[in-house]
Amino acid sequence: MYPYYDQDWSVLPPENNRRFNPSFNMTTIRQAITEAVERVKMPTPTRLRDLIRQIRAARTAAEERAVVNKECAYIRSTFRDEDSVWRCRNIAKLLYIHMLGYPAHFGQLECLKLTASPRFTDKRIGYLGAMLLLDERQDVHLLITNCLKNDLNSSTQFVVGLALCTLGAIASPEMARDLASEVERLMKSPNTYIRKKATLCAFRVIRRVPELMEIFLPATRSLLSEKNHGILITGVTLITEMCENSVDTLNHFKKIVPNLVRILKNLILAGYSPEHDVSGVSDPFLQVKILRLLRILGHNDPDASEAMNDILAQVATNTETSKNVGNTILYETVLSIMDIRSEGGLRVLAVNILGRFLLNSDKNIRYVALNTLLRTVHADISAVQRHRATILECLKDPDVSIRRRAMELSFALINTQNIRIMTKELLVFLEKSDADFKAQCSSGMILSAERFSPSLRWHLDTQLSVLIAAGNYVRDDVVSSTIQLISSSPVNEQTYITHKLWDSLQVANHCEDKQPLLQVAVWSIGEYGDLFMNGNNADGLEPPSDDELIGLFQKFLTSVHVSTTSKQYALVSLAKLSTRINNRNDDILYLIKSFGTDLNVDLQQRGVEFAQLFGTYNSLRPALLEKMPPMQIQRDSSQNGGSFDETAETSSSADLLENGGSEDHVNKELANNDQSNILLDLLGSGIDFSADNNVQMMNNKNTVPETSTSNNQDLLDLLGLGGGDVIPTSTITPAPLGVLNGNDLTGLNANNAPAPMLGLGTMVGDLGITNTPALGDITISSQPTNMQYDGPMLTALDKNGILVQLASVKANNGSLQIVMTATNNSMDTLEQYLFQAAVPRSFTLQMMSPSGTTLPPGGSLTQEMTVSCTTNAVLKMRLRISYVINGQPILEQTELSGFPQTSRE
Amino acid sequence: MMLFMLLFSRQGKLRLQKWYVAHPDKLKKKITRELVTTILARKPKMCSFLEWKECKIVYKRYASLYFCCAIEQNDNELLTLEIIHRYVELLDKYFGSVCELDIIFNFEKAYFILDELLIGGEMQETSKKNVLKAIASQDLLQEDEAVEGALTDIGLI
Repeated sequence: MYPYYDQDWSVLPPENNRRFNPSFNMTTIRQAITEAVERVKMPTPTRLRDLIRQIRAARTAAEERAVVNKECAYIRSTFRDEDSVWRCRNIAKLLYIHMLGYPAHFGQLECLKLTASPRFTDKRIGYLGAMLLLDERQDVHLLITNCLKNDLNSSTQFVVGLALCTLGAIASPEMARDLASEVERLMKSPNTYIRKKATLCAFRVIRRVPELMEIFLPATRSLLSEKNHGILITGVTLITEMCENSVDTLNHFKKIVPNLVRILKNLILAGYSPEHDVSGVSDPFLQVKILRLLRILGHNDPDASEAMNDILAQVATNTETSKNVGNTILYETVLSIMDIRSEGGLRVLAVNILGRFLLNSDKNIRYVALNTLLRTVHADISAVQRHRATILECLKDPDVSIRRRAMELSFALINTQNIRIMTKELLVFLEKSDADFKAQCSSGMILSAERFSPSLRWHLDTQLSVLIAAGNYVRDDVVSSTIQLISSSPVNEQTYITHKLWDSLQVANHCEDKQPLLQVAVWSIGEYGDLFMNGNNADGLEPPSDDELIGLFQKFLTSVHVSTTSKQYALVSLAKLSTRINNRNDDILYLIKSFGTDLNVDLQQRGVEFAQLFGTYNSLRPALLEKMPPMQIQRDSSQNGGSFDETAETSSSADLLENGGSEDHVNKELANNDQSNILLDLLGSGIDFSADNNVQMMNNKNTVPETSTSNNQDLLDLLGLGGGDVIPTSTITPAPLGVLNGNDLTGLNANNAPAPMLGLGTMVGDLGITNTPALGDITISSQPTNMQYDGPMLTALDKNGILVQLASVKANNGSLQIVMTATNNSMDTLEQYLFQAAVPRSFTLQMMSPSGTTLPPGGSLTQEMTVSCTTNAVLKMRLRISYVINGQPILEQTELSGFPQTSRE
Repeated sequence: MMLFMLLFSRQGKLRLQKWYVAHPDKLKKKITRELVTTILARKPKMCSFLEWKECKIVYKRYASLYFCCAIEQNDNELLTLEIIHRYVELLDKYFGSVCELDIIFNFEKAYFILDELLIGGEMQETSKKNVLKAIASQDLLQEDEAVEGALTDIGLI
């Protein structure tokens, strides 16, 4: 029976009568409603506020943690109940806790439950939580996809809005695929609120899954005919993304240029519209988006560029520049002008705008200007040159970022005409700049001096000034390049610079604070001691007395502040001096001998070995310590210490693995580049030596047992090569230079710091048999031209006119020498060619530097590598070849097998 | 496209974080920590831009709060400053001269406003009025629901 018709019902006293409730009057109803409304205004009512207050009241981190842990425990327990009344509030609290950095992953499922709730309040917090707590890898993504699908079909626009917003923020590729069609449907919705959100969702979908672009194409075009700015800006954003994604789409959208121009024109010409005005500029957000799309559409397209020239000029001239907004638009305009095929006058206008930016009082604008100039400097260098003075002024800016940009830009602007003045300014900058600038700046200056120096004398002076100004922050490449430069100079310049270097050493602290300078100085003094002390010099510079000279060496050889590296330089220099100046051999020998007990192994070895040269082998000393042949200056990328290439790194690390542990690592850091020079030095003299004893060397070669380490073999090859084949200096000098220059050789130096000395020592001892593992590398790099690659020619890549082939030959020690030849038969130049190879674990691969990275049409380049194996496995190679052609980066990957069997005999 | 937006106080406390790229939680925390320290260490006279990893960082301080956005290489950093400013204006309008406490205690509202301004890291609405209108309507929707809920509770509906 229905209770309403229950007989007894009406006779119940009022307190039991559900139909009559005395408290159910208007006042209570109103009160309940007000309370509810109050609660909504803070949709997560007082409890969230209380929690935040409690947490904020915590005085220590531990206290805060206690509050949070307690609350988390409580929240967890409520999640176990099915009671959904407080779920929304608890999630809100959890989100706050999450923001403080505490784990909140246990709320993920609860968020999803909230999003499935019919209440808008729940959905709002639920989706917020989903955006904050979920990341792509969560399994719950499948669940949320379902929730989103439901809500995208809701009749309430705000529910659809929430779903779209969430999709835009956390769309994973799978979600994007599942929901793309829904988004596409909503993009055609008549409701602007939904439409703009759907359009941006489409943008995100394409971002995640580019191939989904097709389905959005039809719905896109009509977006631009809307009046609503929300639709316009989202539409332009979507089209921009599509154009950047594919060339076809780019061409498809070329025809919208007039539409875009019209929209932009309306924006500039239309009067004040309060809705979209930002300090006097009409909708800068939309303007910038349109300008960017125009840039993409007009890039390399004369017709499209022509169509937008006028409007760009109009924007560039009509925009108010007193505020950041105006400059924002001008900045975007400049970028567009520089990127499309614009008229010359327009380009000048653009660079002038940047020039004005440089003078702006707002540092952000100055920064942007320098950045943009840096990007456009190659397009129009003369226009940028006009602002040189302003740019140099920016070197003094208090802001580091601006100084850095200004420095980079200054280097880009240096040419033969302005090198003197620019170098002067940069030297001032270098002296005052912070440590982290000094390295970069000094290397940059050396590089530009090399390219543009007006005279040798000026070049030498500049190198010296840089060494003085940058002190210990100089990169190693500067030391080696300076030494190379001095070595290749004529005699009178060598005398001059040695004098200058000597003078610079007289300043107090130069020995300790400017060790690279010290290294160059002692190298020159040792090498050109005769010219320096006795030679007639045209510049009227007084040589120091022998006492002063020896005194100086003594001073820093005994100083604790001088690095081991510098002392290594000094010892070699001292030994050389003994053959250059007269009558001081006792002092020199005394100094050298004192290192015979040095704590540093390398210095000690040098001490002992050089001392030998004064005793038993005194007769060999002059020949051994002869002057080095002039080094060839290489203007290659290794000048810049930051850019050594990957292959070199792999090869040096392979070295470390092979030889590591056998030698001491004390000098790992110190024995960097200088070693290479000393090594070179010794090789230079060593070769002379071996040439003299040609026959004996060859004999020695024959007596070396086959079973000795492969490295011995290599060195002998090298010596044999040097002694037998060609004129020693010309064979040896260029090859090691290529390897030794720069930092590429860290591995080599590190794993075998005392190697060169060892080589000399034993060579002196028994005329020729040496044990210098590190030299193996040099052999390989200097040799392959003489090698016959008779193995099979394997083709790694033959595509688009690019032919990459690998030829291999078995070396004596069972390893495989492979040379990669890349030939460009296409009509375009290949740039940034990079060849990478990987071998199975049972093999070791050493790669040499390639002969180049650029392939002009018809050109070719080579790269050698050595593969050795530990088992009898079959060699397979995985190759990765990347290059840039017509500005398009291309990456090819392939696998290659069929190499000759390598084995360990 | 904006990659993420962070709001933090001068003491380095995070007040709001919005990520438009998918990163694991751990990485997000690491990035946040790094950026907060870097930015707090910068002096006021330095410019608002940082080059950081693959992206550009644009930040601006409003009173005690730092607004920090990461954008892609070819995005306009000056415009990002304008977007930040627009967001601040919206917060200000919504809360009525906004202060850090408003954002702490009503962080969800701050998120809602941001979600009406940006979607997927791109601007969806350039009219302040429209954004505020959308927020107001949604708040109203919540109020209606609450009233309805209250009436149901006491048995009126």
